[in-house]
Amino acid sequence: MITVPIEHVILMAAILFSLGLTGVLARRNVLFILLSIEVMLNAAGIAFVAAGARWAQADGQIMFLFILTMAAAEVAVGLAIILQYYRHTGTLDVDAMGGGRR
Amino acid sequence: MNTVFYISAAVAILSTAMVISRLNAIHALLYMIVSLLAVAMIFFVMGAPFIAALEVIVYAGAIMVLFVFAMMMLNLGQEAVERERNWLSPASWAGPVTLVAVLFAEFIWIVSRTGGSLPGGGGLGPKQVGIALLGQYLVGVELASMLLLAGLVGAYHIGRRMPRTGEENEASRAGISIKQ
Repeated sequence: MITVPIEHVILMAAILFSLGLTGVLARRNVLFILLSIEVMLNAAGIAFVAAGARWAQADGQIMFLFILTMAAAEVAVGLAIILQYYRHTGTLDVDAMGGGRR
Repeated sequence: MNTVFYISAAVAILSTAMVISRLNAIHALLYMIVSLLAVAMIFFVMGAPFIAALEVIVYAGAIMVLFVFAMMMLNLGQEAVERERNWLSPASWAGPVTLVAVLFAEFIWIVSRTGGSLPGGGGLGPKQVGIALLGQYLVGVELASMLLLAGLVGAYHIGRRMPRTGEENEASRAGISIKQ
């Protein structure tokens, strides 16, 4: 067990979450946006596990398990949508679908 | 032991910064895997070895492989050979390998110092997590199974290739139905 103050762990989770948010906002590639969402989910999981370790309860780890399940389902559906997106637009740019193309 | 946490946190933040700034998607995926491994190391020293193992197996193993497969399905073109050549150049994998070497040195240090178990007997092992998961959170487990089934069926339905027999507008109509 480490004796790092929990503020440092939470701070690291916050930094990772901000990086993921930056990725979602700044990148125009759908694949990178999905990857950044994964980063954000992972950062939230770190915060959960850190809180669970702080109070020596298993609930934090169980919340991370649920986040993991949700991330797996989300990635499967998201990648399927990205494949269809690429088939129909020929690019991975998020802006390609905008502007009333239909 | 605290140093291990800070080094792993630095590796995680650095590799995540590389993830969101790479232009090549495969390079970003390599850094993403490094980031997940660093986070798994943090979970381990934080006293959650079960979660650390799941992070490696499910996140770095399954989900990232899913990403790689999707990327390979997208890159079926003439430039695939060129990409393969770039992929094998040392510049593309030197960074992730360096970061992973740092993590590996930490891991060797922990194992040689503690014999693979957490010092002080702290932490919550798989036993406590399993008891709480299948007792108190049983409804959540059932909901998670339903979510995974829905994800499986949804991914199959959305991702299947539309029949190419019709004209082009056939495909575009299918695209519109996907968009809605």
